[in-house]
Amino acid sequence: MAKKTEKNNDDIGEDVRLALYRSQQEVRQLEKRAYDLFLQNLIKGTSHLCIGQEAIAAGFATAMKPGDWSFCTYRGHGHTLARGASMTGVLGELMGRECGLLAGKGGSMHLTDVEKGAMGSYAIIGAHLPIAMGAAWKAQYKKTGEVAVCFFGDGTTNIGAFHEALSMSATWKLPVVFVCENNLYMEYTSIGDVTPVEHPAADRAPAYGLPKIIVDGNDADAVYRAARTAFDLARAGGGPSLIEAKTYRHHGHSRADPGKYRPDDEVKAWMARDPIPFYRQRLLDFGVSEASITAIEEEVAAAVNVATEEAKASPPPSQDLILKDVWADGGWAWRN
Amino acid sequence: MAELTYRDAVAAGIAQEMERDEDVVFLGEDIAAAGGVFKATVGLLDKFGPERVRDTPIAEQAILGAAMGAAMTGLRPIAEIMFSDFFAVCWDIVVNEIAKTRYMTNGQINLPLVIRTANGGGLRFGAQHSQSIENWAMMIPGLKVVAPSSPADVKGLLAAAIRDPDPVIFFEHKALYPTKGEVPDGEHVEELGKAKILRDGDDLTIAALAAMVPRAVEAAERLKDEHGIECTVVDIRSLVPLDTQTLFREVSKTGRLFTVEENPRLCGWGAELSSLVSEEIFWELDAPIVRITTPHIPLPAADQLEDLTIPSVDRITDTILKSLG
Ligand SMILES: Cc1ncc(C[n+]2csc(CCOP(=O)(O)OP(=O)(O)O)c2C)c(N)n1
Ligand SMILES: [Mg+2]
Repeated sequence: MAKKTEKNNDDIGEDVRLALYRSQQEVRQLEKRAYDLFLQNLIKGTSHLCIGQEAIAAGFATAMKPGDWSFCTYRGHGHTLARGASMTGVLGELMGRECGLLAGKGGSMHLTDVEKGAMGSYAIIGAHLPIAMGAAWKAQYKKTGEVAVCFFGDGTTNIGAFHEALSMSATWKLPVVFVCENNLYMEYTSIGDVTPVEHPAADRAPAYGLPKIIVDGNDADAVYRAARTAFDLARAGGGPSLIEAKTYRHHGHSRADPGKYRPDDEVKAWMARDPIPFYRQRLLDFGVSEASITAIEEEVAAAVNVATEEAKASPPPSQDLILKDVWADGGWAWRN
Repeated sequence: MAELTYRDAVAAGIAQEMERDEDVVFLGEDIAAAGGVFKATVGLLDKFGPERVRDTPIAEQAILGAAMGAAMTGLRPIAEIMFSDFFAVCWDIVVNEIAKTRYMTNGQINLPLVIRTANGGGLRFGAQHSQSIENWAMMIPGLKVVAPSSPADVKGLLAAAIRDPDPVIFFEHKALYPTKGEVPDGEHVEELGKAKILRDGDDLTIAALAAMVPRAVEAAERLKDEHGIECTVVDIRSLVPLDTQTLFREVSKTGRLFTVEENPRLCGWGAELSSLVSEEIFWELDAPIVRITTPHIPLPAADQLEDLTIPSVDRITDTILKSLG
């Protein structure tokens, strides 16, 4: 291991930075593979890629402890992977294979890996904010020290569940961190066109007695620091945080959307702020060698290839699963 | 045996379970300091403290979301939705989240939680505070649905619901809160999914639920006293799981089935019972099944109107007499 440079010996440190870069690479390369598999018609249904938003998933997941819980949306492949879910499990689920995280019963919008603390991907806007709050209630009541982290989009700040969850979490001082990934669009509509304030999450924070927090969601260091601060506060009994992370998705909203409603210069400006080359350059500036960066990239690429082959080789889920696991006894009986 | 009101049986059931399991927690609007708008949870705050018995803001999605998040991480929450009509503002959490998550996650997540709610009419509250919505809940895969008719069943079935590893919607009937009945002393736990035969008669079978149960029993008494007609009365108690075996046995015995349902007609729970009986024991029937329901309308408020709308002892008796010819 090369000697750590002074720059890289700060409050984050080189080991964490390498982990942040690896995590971003994993999410990016896996999402790109998902896109390719779509074009090959190996992934059906819909899919919401987080390409361009990787620094948020990486920053928070890297700052979380193993017992912490994360809750995310249908745009959740990255968040699930960043908590340590297997690539084969993620791709397998997208492809509807037996090896999928949910054995094909959930699909792209519901990735979950409870063992890793990835407590689910929720596809009804706003629903998971109160659910994440409930997990935080458990941590508070049992004094077990976990933090619940809830990721959602800018559009989600306009639905009622956002208000209900923020209001009750702040009143109960629950250890939950709400993370608004402001990618400027709710589906196909610019968030500014449908929201009365400039910062859809941060400007509402004072209504719940919370500070306004805005971070650069394309800078994994900034995200990581914001996460750490919020987690420390939550674990110390200081209650929830609401963090607005500014970011941008490189693709359309979902598989079907080419994203044509976005002005060219806006897209161009944000593509120039791609979080991954940006972070790569920081690593170089901080004295990490080109060789060790390339090694990470190649390792990740190899892992994605292996996962792709494993998922492709996996059979479709057993038909027995259709009538399994409605109830905790494993069955589905509604009558005797 | 002690005599308790239906209302007090709620608090007794919750207290019994909170005493034996510290993972049982309880939240809802006005449930702690105020003891509930129907006074069904009086004393729980004093007994178990504000960490376990928590007043919430008026935020039904937050209440049920909190229950779900707490359940998936290891607690056994009881959530109260003050009036069952208010399920309409948090139905997403019930239907899309609580009911489906275990299945969608291939069994990774368990949701041992209970949602208690005051259901049904009879208190002149009008169409937004009187609905019988047990059929809404019954049609959603992934929910267990229970509706007790007596104080003993309130305590025993509520205890069973709290211990159950799956989500249970527990419909208390608001018109039954002041009614009294004997409740067994000591720990009392019933089994979910078992109907109860309240009267045994050879001429016909009446299936009823919640507040319709005492009315069905009274109608049966009148039919015997005034007409010599002997009725079997089955308290369905649990719509999911549904005790079809008891139903089939009692219908086969008499050859006739009448359902008494407070829910509006279309897709009421009796429609499912009729369908099951028709499909599986049709040849045991001596006559068509008759459903006695609230008409398919929103509920009116005034005494005289509401009384004519919800199935009454008179209507049950008259309908049965007419059908018997
Ligand atoms: C209650 C509800 N309304 C509408 C939708 C359809 N829908 C899915 S994603 C989406 C946009 C959400 O935007 P945002 O919260 O900014 O998240 P992003 O997709 O940008 O990550 C909409 C309207 C939904 N899933 N749920
Ligand atoms: Mg958005």
